[in-house]
Amino acid sequence: MDLRFTPEENKFREELRTFFTTEIPASIREKVAIGEHLSKDDMVLAQKTLAKKGWAAPHWPKEYGGTDWTPIQRHIYTEELQACSVPQPLAFNVSMCGPVIIAFGTEAQKKRYLKGMYDLSEWWCQGFSEPGAGSDLASLKTTAVKKDGHYIINGQKTWTTLAQYADWCFVLARTDPDAKKQLGISFILVDMKTPGITVRPIQTIDGGHEVNEVFFDDVKVPLENLVGQENRGWDCAKYLLGNERVGIARIGMSKQRLSRVKQLAGKVMNGDRSLMEDSRFAEKVAAVEVELKALEMTQLRVLAEDAKRRSNMPNPASSILKIKGSEIQQATTELLMEVAGPLALPFLPDEADFGSGDHWAAPAAPAYFNFRKVSIYGGSNEIQRNIIAKAVLGF
Amino acid sequence: MDFDLSDDQRQIKDSVDRMLADAYADLKTKAAAQKEPLGFSKAMWAKYAELGLLGIPFAEADGGLGAGPLETMLVMEAIGRNAAIEPYLSTVVLGGGVLRHAGSAAQKAALIPDVVAGTRRLALAYQERQSRFDLADVTTKARSDDAGGYVLDGEKVVVLGGDSADTLIVVARMSGNRRDRSGLGLFLIGGTAAGVQRTGYATQDGQRAADIKLTNVKVGAEDVLIGKTGDGLAVLERVVDEAIAAIAAEAVGAMSSLHDLTVDYVKTRKQFGVAIGSFQVIQHRCVDMFTALEQARSMAYYATVMASETDAMERRRAVSAAKVQIGKSARFVGEQAIQMHGGIGMTMEYKAGHYFKRLTMIELAFGNTDHHLSLVAKAGGLIAPAA
Ligand SMILES: Cc1cc2nc3c(=O)[nH]c(=O)nc-3n(C[C@H](O)[C@H](O)[C@H](O)COP(=O)(O)OP(=O)(O)OC[C@H]3O[C@@H](n4cnc5c(N)ncnc54)[C@H](O)[C@@H]3O)c2cc1C
Repeated sequence: MDLRFTPEENKFREELRTFFTTEIPASIREKVAIGEHLSKDDMVLAQKTLAKKGWAAPHWPKEYGGTDWTPIQRHIYTEELQACSVPQPLAFNVSMCGPVIIAFGTEAQKKRYLKGMYDLSEWWCQGFSEPGAGSDLASLKTTAVKKDGHYIINGQKTWTTLAQYADWCFVLARTDPDAKKQLGISFILVDMKTPGITVRPIQTIDGGHEVNEVFFDDVKVPLENLVGQENRGWDCAKYLLGNERVGIARIGMSKQRLSRVKQLAGKVMNGDRSLMEDSRFAEKVAAVEVELKALEMTQLRVLAEDAKRRSNMPNPASSILKIKGSEIQQATTELLMEVAGPLALPFLPDEADFGSGDHWAAPAAPAYFNFRKVSIYGGSNEIQRNIIAKAVLGF
Repeated sequence: MDFDLSDDQRQIKDSVDRMLADAYADLKTKAAAQKEPLGFSKAMWAKYAELGLLGIPFAEADGGLGAGPLETMLVMEAIGRNAAIEPYLSTVVLGGGVLRHAGSAAQKAALIPDVVAGTRRLALAYQERQSRFDLADVTTKARSDDAGGYVLDGEKVVVLGGDSADTLIVVARMSGNRRDRSGLGLFLIGGTAAGVQRTGYATQDGQRAADIKLTNVKVGAEDVLIGKTGDGLAVLERVVDEAIAAIAAEAVGAMSSLHDLTVDYVKTRKQFGVAIGSFQVIQHRCVDMFTALEQARSMAYYATVMASETDAMERRRAVSAAKVQIGKSARFVGEQAIQMHGGIGMTMEYKAGHYFKRLTMIELAFGNTDHHLSLVAKAGGLIAPAA
């Protein structure tokens, strides 16, 4: 057992860091650091920069722009990306739909879509959840009926993240109304410009516009936009959700947040000394750091084992990455809000600056509110516990 | 021991409950009120006055109702239950509290009748950018003008209701260093007096506040609440303790609504073919919310009774203990409510988020949970060690 990174791995990390901090504009990284909403242009610029370097989707096969990095290198990449506050390449493109196309798509689909996903010249959104189908995704009701060489899609999706920017949506729709649950669902690619699609914004409690309802009213989609086999879309969905494990713990991001917490708490006075010198607060921060270290080691264990096993069965330890990762992320936003104290109260979405200006504390509460989502989406923490209970503990 | 309400109290409770439940039934009405020039509905404020709610804590001789902390608790709980946004806390509890404890007969006569009538709103400007939870941390200067009046210079931040208040009550330092406990005065100034520059904004919980710059603001002798004696801090602490009791009740109202909403929701929301409330993990979580709520309610009662305790040390222990329980319960109930609602809990179109945000801000208000926990410990806790 050797828990240290090799000199090569450390050099690799250096190389990444240099690139991230010199090529990705500081103004964008600062926004990420403080948890401010990024504009579409910010995200596109960042991903284009990574794409040019060949680093937008390291886990993809090399022929589509990926790398032959080891799992540890990929881990270092994710961690360093987050530590440097580089916007993550759009997950819908590179972690969700891309891998599905690579695994299940036709040659023509790979040719048509992968490049746009890779460099974000086409923005994708995820049309899975519906008002009646959240945790129980397989109960979805949106239908795709074959007619005159097309699918006609009808139904409603919801919580569709950043659909307002999207060029494309990957949709789960029911193609066989008689089949039970998971059977009879298909994975279909839908051009957001198709007539019959309406996107309605939903304002979230942090005041932002991150999610939407998307209505499909007789939306005509060419049959060739089906991915994989008809009625076997659930296989794609399962594969997609399994792929999300990469980086789900967001360890680098939590590290970055904690360092921000410590920096700010070192400046904020609590009575006659800084908040960071207040032992109660310092111990709370330390407790989160300990949890985070444990999670990091768990993540590395998972990676090291994955590298050896190469089986499709997820490592049981990986199931806890989502639960602990989300809890830690939430704890960091809570700490940040505590640092802000009474200055967290003003709602100043346009002036928030988390730097040293008058409104440095303004993003703290919105970040805390917003991060309640991380234990809800991507399989809620209750669902994750159900999975562990069943798959790992054998209940 | 008696936790029951008198007939009069019951009447206040029923009328304020009804008024706010009607007004806040639809979130759209609230959103519309937030867009009004004051950031809340002027018509609603008039209704508070009509029901006599704005006169609750003031003596009858001063034009008030002569009621006490219990009646304030009933109003605040109703405000919490409906996530209402009118500036009751800033005007009646904070501003009104200072007038009650420090106002001269003339000052009371000049201001309280208008407050009760709903034609004058107050705000208490005590907090500064650096002061965090330390009430004594005041750098705003009050210079004597040698004619019994003062001249104020400095900046106050996040003054609740400060953007639209007609009268501001400013805490300023007459002598001593930044965090000295003595040397603080309390002064009345007009919201639009010369030298007052207000920057108003919405708060996270949908209310209003302001940062207020004071440049050479002149205060006549008649507007000095606490001057020469320099013991403004005692008044401020007392009023803030009353405010903590008030927001404790508000938090209980918000938690009870949030708890009801959540229990109703999980009983009706179906996933996997059954109500999610049929899962035991969800039931237990609701039970834990219920427990947190009832523990908070008990401590809100305790704070209400103890807020008028004149022994500052006894009051400190009790009110801080209540704030700790309220903060802990509010955090738990708020977070779990959102979690059990799933996506819908994350939206502004649904009430849960409104309660959650207000509860989050209540935890931070007037000293957060940790701050008060350390005050309880410093005061020797609530139980004496065995001899
Ligand atoms: C900010 C945000 C962004 C999102 N982005 C997208 C997106 O881009 N595309 C997309 O398709 N979806 C998206 N989602 C939807 C997300 O995946 C769902 O919110 C999630 O699946 C939960 O579903 P639900 O909201 O319907 O809650 P429900 O499934 O109704 O769950 C409510 C509560 O019940 C609990 N629960 C449910 N079943 C069980 C059980 N069996 N045992 C114990 N507890 C249970 C849940 O854990 C939760 O606490 C997003 C959600 C959010 C909040």
